[in-house]
Amino acid sequence: MKTRSLWVFLPLALFMALAILLASGLGHDPHKLPSAMVGKPVPAFSLPSLLDEKHYTNALLKGRWQLLNVWATWCPTCHLEHPYLMSLAARGVPVIGVDYKDDPDSARDYLANRGNPYRQVVMDSDGQLGLDLGVYGAPETFLINPRGHIVLRHAGNLDERVWKEKILPKVPAGTWRMP
Amino acid sequence: MAAEIGHLSLWLALAAALCLAVFPLIGVYRNIPAWQCYARPLAWLQWLAMTVALLALGYCFYSNDFSVTYVAHHSNSALPLGYRLAAIWGGHEGSLLLWGWMLSGWAAMVGLLSRQVPLALVVRVLSVMGMVAVGFLCFMLFTSNPFARDLPWFPMEGADLNPLLQDPGLIVHPPMLYMGYVGFSVAFAFAVAGLLKGDLDPAWARWARPWTTVAWCFLTVGIALGSWWAYYELGWGGWWFWDPVENASLMPWLAGTALIHSLAVTEKRNLFRAWTVFLAIITFSLSLLGTFLVRSGVLTSVHAFANDPRRGLFILIFLCVVAGGAFTLFALRGSALRGNSGFKALSRESLLLGNNLVLLTAAAVVLMGTLFPLVGEALDMKVSIRSPYFNTFFVPLAVLLVLLLVPGVFSNWKRQDGKPLLRRIGVLLPTAAVVGVLLSRMPGDIPWIGSVAIVLAVYLVLAHLDDVIRRALSYQLGLRQGLTRLGRSYWGMVFAHCGLALVIAGVTLVSFHQQERDLRMAPGDTASVGGYQFRFETLDSYRGPNYDAVRGHFAVSRDGQPQAVMTPEKRTYRASRQVMTEAAIDPGLLRDLYVALGEPLDNSEQGAWAVRIYYKPGVRWLWLGALVMAFGGALALSDRRYRQVFRRRQS
Repeated sequence: MKTRSLWVFLPLALFMALAILLASGLGHDPHKLPSAMVGKPVPAFSLPSLLDEKHYTNALLKGRWQLLNVWATWCPTCHLEHPYLMSLAARGVPVIGVDYKDDPDSARDYLANRGNPYRQVVMDSDGQLGLDLGVYGAPETFLINPRGHIVLRHAGNLDERVWKEKILPKVPAGTWRMP
Repeated sequence: MAAEIGHLSLWLALAAALCLAVFPLIGVYRNIPAWQCYARPLAWLQWLAMTVALLALGYCFYSNDFSVTYVAHHSNSALPLGYRLAAIWGGHEGSLLLWGWMLSGWAAMVGLLSRQVPLALVVRVLSVMGMVAVGFLCFMLFTSNPFARDLPWFPMEGADLNPLLQDPGLIVHPPMLYMGYVGFSVAFAFAVAGLLKGDLDPAWARWARPWTTVAWCFLTVGIALGSWWAYYELGWGGWWFWDPVENASLMPWLAGTALIHSLAVTEKRNLFRAWTVFLAIITFSLSLLGTFLVRSGVLTSVHAFANDPRRGLFILIFLCVVAGGAFTLFALRGSALRGNSGFKALSRESLLLGNNLVLLTAAAVVLMGTLFPLVGEALDMKVSIRSPYFNTFFVPLAVLLVLLLVPGVFSNWKRQDGKPLLRRIGVLLPTAAVVGVLLSRMPGDIPWIGSVAIVLAVYLVLAHLDDVIRRALSYQLGLRQGLTRLGRSYWGMVFAHCGLALVIAGVTLVSFHQQERDLRMAPGDTASVGGYQFRFETLDSYRGPNYDAVRGHFAVSRDGQPQAVMTPEKRTYRASRQVMTEAAIDPGLLRDLYVALGEPLDNSEQGAWAVRIYYKPGVRWLWLGALVMAFGGALALSDRRYRQVFRRRQS
């Protein structure tokens, strides 16, 4: 046999690097928050409103406990989630919407037809706020505390179970007129 | 009862696979012929057990046995029988069962069709496949048993199959795809068997080659079906999304394409042996990686199955054992495979090697793009990889691929003179450029890169036409006689390469010339897209077997001539309350018309709807091209030498 050359070990080495990378990804559940955003303030933004002519900034998210919901008309799960958001709004929970990479006209039609659960909706047409927030895809919901910091992030459909198990335990009792 | 029989059969299959993985191999090393002879019957026994398991699960679906958790989650008594049976592979556990069944089926076929192959090699191959099967069966039995029951409190009605999957496309798409993925396990097993033996003769490549081609054909058809299914079922008119799961099927395809070319070199010239073995290992490893990505929850995707970190860990360990083990073996034995380079810098070998590198680079690009979000997460960066990333790499790679492909077809083995090659290309390329640019301008203005792509497609077809005629004439029997002399494997190559040209042309046309409009339309409104007039006539509703639907009627005309009536639907599935868009498509060889209902914009009966209308020229060519490629592969398989093997067996 000829002298053993090292190139044959290259695939093994590359594969091992890949395996370590994959193993690092195993622990996290992509539906969970990358812990990086928790406890940080909502990234600064100044975006036009879908509902009126004004621009809004993160000041919108300060002063009380509220939800930030990233949605779009093109997203089927958002349609599924919509009735639940309506019921939250009816229970007095303030929800701020981020209309993510959407067409404003169809978004306004959507809210006009199905009801508007949002106190205010900002248009994130180019998805920059979504990127800053680390959004994987709509819908995603963030729980924001009165200082404007992110307390919790939920990716995917928001329903009663998520509400009871994930969100309510983080909020001081009696914050919203509820059960 | 059926579920218990199925469960038991899985254990039986595991036992058979374990025996297959261990004893015949010991037989080879200890030289015990009797133990070696067990390999084939054990492979068949394993297949039999897996078949019983698959039938048992099918029976559970057929009889609506909702005490079986998997059935309860993926079926419903109102679901039509065909979909109920297709639901066998509609979820994680069942698709694993299908995968395992196919793996055992491939092993059984290898046992059946390998009488000419030396027994020691067959035994090694079957043993390696047995090892892979052990891993899969353990995965199934310990983390995802399709036969688990929900007792004593089981639901009276099933949750229904995901409406997205209630479609004829689902019945055939996953089995085709899995046939491809799993089929590469044969090439992998041959490679590992060769490494175990420590010596790869040309016969090795001769035996491994047809199996790889079959797997490649299945994978090609499977990917095309998947793309077609996404196109008409997801309702937004796209045909490729660079979704992690699509990428997971594309990577083994790219590596597998490199592999079948490299196998040709190894068979014909006994070169590139280490490279071929490496490709065989990497192709199957990428298939396994695809499984890992889909089922571990590491990446999100529209296709993602239930996310369970335990499963992810299991597959990762499995992947490490299979791929890591093979690469270790390769590291230890691979250097012995280095042959002397018996070819010149300009020769068919070198050009094929060049294309192999292009294909592998493409696979690496896809791998990077797929895993980058993971890297980003590890580095605490937010990244989102979208189609621009893939396009920036794939466009130049495709150009390079075609530029290397044509001289590769024209060149001789060993060494090729530069001058005649240059003369041929010097005529063809300018011709193609003129024709291509003219053709690409016909449907309308196009950026230069679109013209380049069309030129390349034309160039590919012209070059193969030229080559066919030259080769036919070289028999000196006249064109017609000469054409009949050309071997089927040669025709297979011509078809496969022309299929590639079709795909390139289709991608270009649909990317640059498609028109899409989002409109607000009420019955009575007319819209004009791509030269066609779409008149929204009426809206009605009807009741399907397990859904309620609203249906629009669109009359399509062109210059006053009626062309088609299109009826897009919006379906609400009763069990899950999921809403699905059923797009209406008027297919055509030159263009597709595509109408999808979006949202109702007011609540009255005949109110306005958001309607999406697409005009998609050449979109059919994508799938047609893939089918032509697969047909080429099938043609190569029917080549005389394989038929002879078959005939010899029968006599």
